[in-house]
Amino acid sequence: MSTNLQTNNVGAPIYRGFEAVIGIEVHVQLKTKSKIFSTDATNFDAADNENTTPVSVGMPGTLPVLNRKAIEYAIKTGLALGCEIRNRSVFSRKNYFYPDLPKGYQISQYDKPICENGSVEITLGERKKKISITRAHLEEDAGKSIHLGDYTLINYNRAGIPLLEIVSGPEMSSPQEAAEYAKTIRQIVRYLDVCDGNLEEGSLRCDCNVSVRRVGAEALGTKVELKNLNSFRFVEKAIEYEIDRQIDEIESGRAIIQETRLYDPDKNRTFSMRTKENAQDYRYFPDPDLLPIFFDESQIKEYRSLLPELPSVRVKRFQAALGLSEYDAQILTAEKEVADYFEAVSEKSGQPKTAANWITTDLMRELNAAKIDISKSPITPQALAELINLIEKGVISGKIAKTVFAEMWKTQNSADSIIQENGLTQVSDTSVIEKIIDEILAANPSQVAEYRAGKTKVFGFFVGAVMKASKGQANPDTANQILKIKLES
Amino acid sequence: MQLTEASFKEVRDAVLKKEISAVEITKHFLTRSEKLNPQLNAYITMNTEALAEAQKIDQRIAQGEAVGPLAGISFGIKDLLCTRGLKTTAGSKILGNFIPPYDSTVVRRLKNAGAIVLGKMNLDEFAMGSSNETSFFGKCHNPWNTNHVPGGSSGGSAAAQASRLVMGTIGTDTGGSIRQPASFCGVVGVKPTYGRISRYGIVAYASSLDQAGPIVSSIEDAALTLEVISGHDENDSTTSQKTVPAFSKNLSRNMKGMKIGLLKEYKTGELHFDITKTFERAIEELKKAGAEIVEVSVPLTEFAVPMYYLIAASEASSNLARYDGVKFGYRADFKDLSSLSLDDFYSQTRGEGFGKEVKRRIMLGTYCLSSGYYDAYYNKACQVRRLLREQYLEVFKTCDAILSPVTTSPAFKIGERSSDALKMYLNDIFTTATNLAGLPGLSVPFGFSEQGLPIGIQLTGAHFEEQKILNVAYALEECAQLTNANGQKRIPDVY
Amino acid sequence: MIDPEAIQNIAKLARLKVTAEEAAELGEQLTKVLAHFQQISQIDTAGVEPLVTPSDIDFYTRPDVAHNPNTTEEILQNAPEKGGNLFKVPPVV
Repeated sequence: MSTNLQTNNVGAPIYRGFEAVIGIEVHVQLKTKSKIFSTDATNFDAADNENTTPVSVGMPGTLPVLNRKAIEYAIKTGLALGCEIRNRSVFSRKNYFYPDLPKGYQISQYDKPICENGSVEITLGERKKKISITRAHLEEDAGKSIHLGDYTLINYNRAGIPLLEIVSGPEMSSPQEAAEYAKTIRQIVRYLDVCDGNLEEGSLRCDCNVSVRRVGAEALGTKVELKNLNSFRFVEKAIEYEIDRQIDEIESGRAIIQETRLYDPDKNRTFSMRTKENAQDYRYFPDPDLLPIFFDESQIKEYRSLLPELPSVRVKRFQAALGLSEYDAQILTAEKEVADYFEAVSEKSGQPKTAANWITTDLMRELNAAKIDISKSPITPQALAELINLIEKGVISGKIAKTVFAEMWKTQNSADSIIQENGLTQVSDTSVIEKIIDEILAANPSQVAEYRAGKTKVFGFFVGAVMKASKGQANPDTANQILKIKLES
Repeated sequence: MQLTEASFKEVRDAVLKKEISAVEITKHFLTRSEKLNPQLNAYITMNTEALAEAQKIDQRIAQGEAVGPLAGISFGIKDLLCTRGLKTTAGSKILGNFIPPYDSTVVRRLKNAGAIVLGKMNLDEFAMGSSNETSFFGKCHNPWNTNHVPGGSSGGSAAAQASRLVMGTIGTDTGGSIRQPASFCGVVGVKPTYGRISRYGIVAYASSLDQAGPIVSSIEDAALTLEVISGHDENDSTTSQKTVPAFSKNLSRNMKGMKIGLLKEYKTGELHFDITKTFERAIEELKKAGAEIVEVSVPLTEFAVPMYYLIAASEASSNLARYDGVKFGYRADFKDLSSLSLDDFYSQTRGEGFGKEVKRRIMLGTYCLSSGYYDAYYNKACQVRRLLREQYLEVFKTCDAILSPVTTSPAFKIGERSSDALKMYLNDIFTTATNLAGLPGLSVPFGFSEQGLPIGIQLTGAHFEEQKILNVAYALEECAQLTNANGQKRIPDVY
Repeated sequence: MIDPEAIQNIAKLARLKVTAEEAAELGEQLTKVLAHFQQISQIDTAGVEPLVTPSDIDFYTRPDVAHNPNTTEEILQNAPEKGGNLFKVPPVV
């Protein structure tokens, strides 16, 4: 695998004289309480076929009735992706036979999807790239097949869960871009709180269309669809493998077959699903059981006003208004919960930079080690803000604060009570510090002589001695000042 | 009380006054059904719980509870409407053993109104037919002459109603399936506006055309039944949220100021002499009653049959995809699943489970939706459909109701028209346009042929104007010629 | 004329087993029916939006509330073949 890459004139990497063209369909499972067209629940942990009703298993005469939350989530996502929202969009039936599809057709959107023509910006290190969103449409999920060799068993719990399929333009040119795009989509839908973004449970699924062509070639190569990529790492790995495989095929004089391939993470390779003998003819037609979705401008406006601040905007605000570095701003906005946590600490403490430091270093280290979500952090934003305030007021030193933080994490007690209990208050009383300094100077006459002879480096020795003697509680600024005065007098 | 002659209101009032019990009524009609059904084959399934349900109604009345406007009324339900715990077959082998765990909204509303379901009535398989000859459970016979068809697809409902095996029935109408059998059997059949009545739980044939409605003995009974079963349903988003008028209370025979439209296109059809005669008499009677007769034109009705079959078959091909032997219904007898391909599993199950006519329509619909043909057939038909609707909307600016024959001839003989698909499809010339435009329509008995077969008159109204056509039919009902030479009311052979 | 091969292709799309004899009959009938229905092609429909729902009905959606009127047993009671509370079908892969 070639990793050290050349790039062409628009910054796309070149692989052995080829460039890759990648488009992604992200299936976002909308986190509604009930299914898109029926009232069964959507919880992931339900027993076999527990979340089924006559409607979701397609019993005779049953009819779909649209869940209004699903439309709200679709429109909000569309708006966040800069899409145009159709005032009138249509559900169509996609007809095909498969046991996990209860009605023999999937209710989806075909020529009149709810969202169209948007874009997202992805960040790759220093570089930014705009990826266009062709469309985003609502559809129902299928059930789940459990393959047992001699037969297959079907669970329809998932049948009818609302999906928003977000289709990108074929505009990504490397596995890294593809993974970054998918991450960005996940970040946005989680900000909007319309999807929990859990790839392992399938609440976010990526299908990647990959093709390669010789550098300079106009025509697109034959595309291969990669399915079942349930982590961003697999998206990257599978595409990486696929680019290499396709170039190998072409260079060996073989044609690329238009097909669907699955990724095997254990072997790190893709393999062909059984190729369909005939091209599918889905016989799409408007579903007569559902009227077109109708939304007027005022309703769309209302949804727009309800949108939260999106990550791309927040990054900029954190830099401009709060003075964070781009690096810190990116880290703090990656997840909405982290950004919300940071803002709360920053607001309550009035110290955005200090808050950012504490969160990106100490707090994240502990959260990662304990595998705890920031929303369940034992140290609340209020508690962390108090700790920062105590440092700022000089009640404790930065060093002591680390000890207090560790104690807060363990006990969930407030910084104040930990400081009181353990007598960790910083000593700023000049008479106390003076007394300590006098003792130290008296005990170390030779070092005092050295300093006074011009060897100012020994100053550090005195500082260390003061801190040691005060068990770290002496206010360092005060100690420095008094030391200087005493030594230079 | 002469139960076979009494109106719903008379019987219901008697039940509420405890002059007669729901159990007595149910027993009466169960006995008639058991005695007469063998000559008709109108039932597919009888409800063994009917008496127990009637008992409950009586108990509730005894305890002073409010019971609905159809308290104790015996109903036969077309076997296309799902009934909780009671087999629902759609007249097909593929649903031959299906027991729904839910009620269709229409049935639920009837039950809530106090009606008792006596059983499930015969029909053309999946409502595809106009003679009841395509039922997997055997042909149904016309009570007026058992060598003739009762019409279809709601043939069992219309035949049972004519013979009074029950007090009222429910049918469904996709291209005439309530109005045509009602006409053939001499009973009243109403197909309401598309969206007036919930389709939830009604086995779908063609979703944009299907509508349920009453097949009963009088306009008054039809109006009362409509009141009960109409209205918005949260399980069907294609139901209208409009308020349902008090149809039965608003009934009026006053034809003064009513404008009745006659379609000039209908004159071109090859009408049976008795049909023409009956139709012309209806015009005369309405004139006498003070209505104004105006000539109107809906040129595209000429294309109604092609439009209807292209759209209905396309929708059906998709609606019937769920019958695949996986979740319910028939599955071909496979010895061993492990060596079976999925395609063979489906094709054999569906090939064995569906009858000939159903397969023909699935094939037609699949073809019309397939790539390369969609635009020329399905989409073209939908475009013409819009134009047809617009022509009707224009017409209803100048008249209140359109009067027309229901069929070109009275009930035909069993086997007479089933061999040639196209010829059979062309029978639906007078009824399909109503469904395509989503309009309400009805058939009211108005006379008899020389051979003694009933002939109905059709009325078509503007969207959600059921009241107007009910009123015109109410007026026609009073001057219908339903007696024999001796002035006695004619009764069917099977009665 | 829809020939028997075309009929078999449609039958395959519709998952219907059709014998050679049935295919011949279906071909003949569908050809005849479609030839007659072809008459709608003469109507000018340029720019006409296809009509699906024929009457005017206000757009309706339901609130996002989960409830289940049936038990799993009721949903499975009509299944031709089951494995526990799952539907059993031939091997799919």
